[in-house]
Amino acid sequence: MSLLLENVKKSYREPDGSILPILDIKRFELQEREQVALIGESGSGKSTLLNVISGITAADSGKVTIAGTEIASMAEVVRDRFRAERIGFVFQTFNLLPAFSALENVLLGMSFSRKKPSRDRAKELLALVGLEHRLHHHPKQMSVGEQQRVAVARALANQPKLLLADEPTANVDLANQETVLHLLRDACAQHQISMLLVTHSQEVARQFERVETLSDFNQVHAKV
Amino acid sequence: MNTLTIAWKSIRQRRLASLLTALSVALGVTLMISVLVINSVIDRMFNQTASGYDLIVGPKGSALQLVLNTVFRVGAPIENLPYRYYTELKKDPRIEEAIPFAIGDVTQKGGFPIVGTIPRYFALEYIPDRHFRINADGKFLPGTWDSVIGSVVAKQNNWKIGDEFQLIHGSAEGGHVHDEKFKIVGILAPTGTPNDRTVFVNLRGFYQVSGHEKPLEEAIRREAAFFGEKVDEEKLKALIKDNAAHDHHDHSGHDHAGHDHSVPDAQKEVTAILVQMKGDRLRGFTTIKFQSELKEGNQAQAVNPIQQINWLMTNIVGNIRTMLIVLTSLIIVVSGVSIFVSIYNSMSDRKREIAIMRALGAGRNTVFTIILSESVLLCLGGGILGIILGHGLVFIAAPIIEARSGLLINPFAFNSIELILLPVLMVLASLVGFIPAMTAYRTDVASTLSD
Repeated sequence: MSLLLENVKKSYREPDGSILPILDIKRFELQEREQVALIGESGSGKSTLLNVISGITAADSGKVTIAGTEIASMAEVVRDRFRAERIGFVFQTFNLLPAFSALENVLLGMSFSRKKPSRDRAKELLALVGLEHRLHHHPKQMSVGEQQRVAVARALANQPKLLLADEPTANVDLANQETVLHLLRDACAQHQISMLLVTHSQEVARQFERVETLSDFNQVHAKV
Repeated sequence: MNTLTIAWKSIRQRRLASLLTALSVALGVTLMISVLVINSVIDRMFNQTASGYDLIVGPKGSALQLVLNTVFRVGAPIENLPYRYYTELKKDPRIEEAIPFAIGDVTQKGGFPIVGTIPRYFALEYIPDRHFRINADGKFLPGTWDSVIGSVVAKQNNWKIGDEFQLIHGSAEGGHVHDEKFKIVGILAPTGTPNDRTVFVNLRGFYQVSGHEKPLEEAIRREAAFFGEKVDEEKLKALIKDNAAHDHHDHSGHDHAGHDHSVPDAQKEVTAILVQMKGDRLRGFTTIKFQSELKEGNQAQAVNPIQQINWLMTNIVGNIRTMLIVLTSLIIVVSGVSIFVSIYNSMSDRKREIAIMRALGAGRNTVFTIILSESVLLCLGGGILGIILGHGLVFIAAPIIEARSGLLINPFAFNSIELILLPVLMVLASLVGFIPAMTAYRTDVASTLSD
């Protein structure tokens, strides 16, 4: 099993002191090499769920197990390294560093794991996403679609076990939506990576064999 | 890609701001290096110049003035001592060497100080273990009208061996020009001391310059008064009569080369006497005893130049140096604060970048180190640039300072304080980088990424 959530709860404290529950998930699992689209409306806790899975945000209670390792009990520094080495992240807004070229952005993705960053591998990954001719271009010099492809290459940099994609096609045009989605799916299939893709688009979700709706397994129905 | 590379990338991204902050550090360090190099030269000059002799004997008055005038050729002499005092002092069995100095005139060209002395002066060390060197065919004042000039004088006045010059009584502007001419027979190699800016003439010639000898009667009365003796009026009259014959001979407007006019000792005076005591182990004791003996009398004083220079260094030069170092240190601290302001202001723009790195797996310590590295790189970069610029500035200024002051400056002389400058800058960088680095450390990844 690649991902298992058990009795995961997460809530935030409001400025007035009241508690606002966001997540209350009894069980959610993702098999190895499985690709799942998770549908949720805006504010339904999708991003919080991804943050809890990746260890960016700690759950209030419950277990988050990735590739057999329970991450909630890890010390923060160990969790950070685990995230660097086992989890790939693709963001809606790409989140490339503007001062870095495409190649450097991919190398940056490798910089926080224990393995030595490999320029050859970074080049291979950029070739995989069709950007072998744009290695030294900076984000500003690239189209939106190209930027998202760099983000995909960066997410694959450390050969993760789990790839989390947060609305990866929301900011790209229709033509590039297809490209990015195929890239993600093919790369994950090729490298045996499980993928949890969060989207609000039914059209995107339809391309996945397994589609889940967050409100179906999140006991908190309040819209956030 | 390591932490330093990431920090460097960030610095390059904010090129202008980074350059300006590094430049402000460089400016502070440049000033400090200049102060240190100049200070070490002044330090060396003041501390090493008065060597080769133990005491300066001169008329009663300001000890510091005596040293400044005799050693550094600055300011006016206190008064003069009778030549007889010098000849008697020379006989003291405790004294190894006594060198008379007659200071007062300047050269017509360049206004360099003239020192009338004897060739033995050049046998003394001018700084510890260093002896005067002269050009290959040069001589140390063998003849009455011979002169040896310092390297700066030669360079600035473009004077060569065989050139002749006249002395001016008083200042170079508006002083009385003596008719007698001295011939240059030697040019000293650079010493880095005030000797480089001095023109040495043979003491015999100095006395024979018209107007340098005191009127006989006045001289004899002054000398008698100095030694507390009674003037023998009969003898004085006879002497004046004898001397009258010599006075009919006109000194002015003729060439003195080849013949001397001896001046009676009574008409000669010295400004100071450099004294080297005998002995080795007990030399210090003998010097102090001799010094206190002179103190008891009313005629002269013996001054230890090192003590006076130390006083000057501690109370005046030292304070100025400390003030300059404090001032330049403050400039560096202000530059450090500008680094803090620059990095801290950029933090709000970079919060997202830090959150992205954290999301990619960078630990809190990693982002803390990245920001701290930026501060260290800016400080060190600025510091190294400042050291280069500082020495460069001294390199450019050295010939100008040398020409004006005679100070020999080695622009690449490394001061030991420079060794601790970079570690100090690193500490400063760590201090100013700490708060921005803590801001990075505390970045809330989830909320920053969701903004």
